[in-house]
Amino acid sequence: MSDPDTDRRPAEAAAATGDASAPRPVPYRGGGYRPVHIRGIGIVTFIVLIALVEWGTRTGWISNLTLPRPSDVLATFGDLWTTGMLWTHMAPSLSRLVVGAAMGVSAGIAVGVAIGLFSVVRAGLVPLVAALFPIPKIALLPLFVIWFGIDEGSKYALIALGTFTPTVVSTYGAVDNVDRTLIRMGQSFGLSWVSIVRKIVLPGALPGILSGLRVSLAIGIILLVAAEMLGAQYGIGAYILEAGSLYDLERLFAGVVILSALGVLTSSGIGWVERRLLDWRV
Amino acid sequence: MELRLDGISHRYGDVEVLSDIDLTIPEGRIVCIVGPSGCGKSTLLRFLGGLEVPERGAVLQQGPRPADCLNPLTYIFQDFALLPWRSVAGNIRLVLEDSRLPGAEMGRIVDDVLARTRLTDFRDALPKQLSGGMKQRVAIARAMAVNPAVMLMDEPLSALDSQTRELLMDDLVSLWTRAPFTAVYVTHNLAEAVRLGHRIVVLSRRPGAVREIVEIDTPLAERRMGDPALDAQQARLWQLMRDEAAAADAELADV
Repeated sequence: MSDPDTDRRPAEAAAATGDASAPRPVPYRGGGYRPVHIRGIGIVTFIVLIALVEWGTRTGWISNLTLPRPSDVLATFGDLWTTGMLWTHMAPSLSRLVVGAAMGVSAGIAVGVAIGLFSVVRAGLVPLVAALFPIPKIALLPLFVIWFGIDEGSKYALIALGTFTPTVVSTYGAVDNVDRTLIRMGQSFGLSWVSIVRKIVLPGALPGILSGLRVSLAIGIILLVAAEMLGAQYGIGAYILEAGSLYDLERLFAGVVILSALGVLTSSGIGWVERRLLDWRV
Repeated sequence: MELRLDGISHRYGDVEVLSDIDLTIPEGRIVCIVGPSGCGKSTLLRFLGGLEVPERGAVLQQGPRPADCLNPLTYIFQDFALLPWRSVAGNIRLVLEDSRLPGAEMGRIVDDVLARTRLTDFRDALPKQLSGGMKQRVAIARAMAVNPAVMLMDEPLSALDSQTRELLMDDLVSLWTRAPFTAVYVTHNLAEAVRLGHRIVVLSRRPGAVREIVEIDTPLAERRMGDPALDAQQARLWQLMRDEAAAADAELADV
């Protein structure tokens, strides 16, 4: 952006000399308020923060009871990698996340579309979903153990229920927002109900469903840790919980970093799908 | 095929929008419906195609529908109503896919209507890449693909700038001249009405009733912008509508 001061100077000069008849440039005042894509700033933020913590812990400005030293966390992570424990913990966590989220998201999309399409379903299920949504799923842990057993079943169920409700809400919102004129058009050409749903409603709702999926999957990752409180021997959540109870900050943070990396990964995965499927958007 | 409106009246809640409308849409002609805003002309068009049901009266179709007609009453919308995720050809194919025509036949129809609307070079473009005029051309091509008995056009040129409007009017005239179609054309633009209408129906303000029916005998192909006879017709229509339009404009909206 050019310096606005330099643009204003001739006008000020004219005003200063009191010469109202001299031609003055019209000042530019239309800039800003428009997000611009800037590369690299995101990474720089991470690097600066981590460098600050590293410097603080090395100089003793931050005590090592408050925060672990980033280089130590990295070393712990390196250990995890070389001993192969990383994969031992990742594999069960990923499978729990994938299975649980797949169940929750697919059921959520199905119920959400049904709510969007049928008034009876809407009247019946919207209050139920509103009642389920704010329940902290972690509070139901003991129940889940009784219902689904202490094994993988209860972990899948917890993640599935946690991703289900936000997916339902975002899906029926997305179906509601499909352009009604397009549906009218489909009806006016005599398209069948199935065609209208499959070719107009679902593709039209896809942007809303995908952006809801970002939230749902993030909630799924949060609940992964909660699920692994249910007596899991291996898993990122179990690893973090164990480190936490031993107050082993390096391991705790190594686990946390893995979880955030997982979050960034799913979010960019959805971004990739959006770019592939939604390139028709203006 | 001919369409007939028989004693149509309708109210939305307490507001009477249309009162006792009798009208015939003869085959092979373009009937323009003009009227001040809020006179129910678009509602009338929705009745004609069965998208809405009038409170009283009947909409009747009479006579055989053309052979290989897939959708006898076909709309062209003001806002084009193209699926943004489908290409030009895909949007046209959409309305053929339910017809159980063989794939090759569908392809032939798509190619044919694209050629007739001079869109062949744009068949793979997405709607977001097209100008408003091109989008409406696609919508016209889509309507022609189902070989309709009656085209129901709801202010099809109102979302376009005046130059594009002229070009598209020429297109519609040449399409009609090559193969006369039956159409109901709702508009608030009197210039469009006198250029495209064989018969112009003037509605009064709410509650809409038929105020006058004007026949224009000049063949469509001979009507030109600035033709004094047409200008005179347009001025006369404006005289008819002027007071109604002013009164309609001064009404408080009941929302």
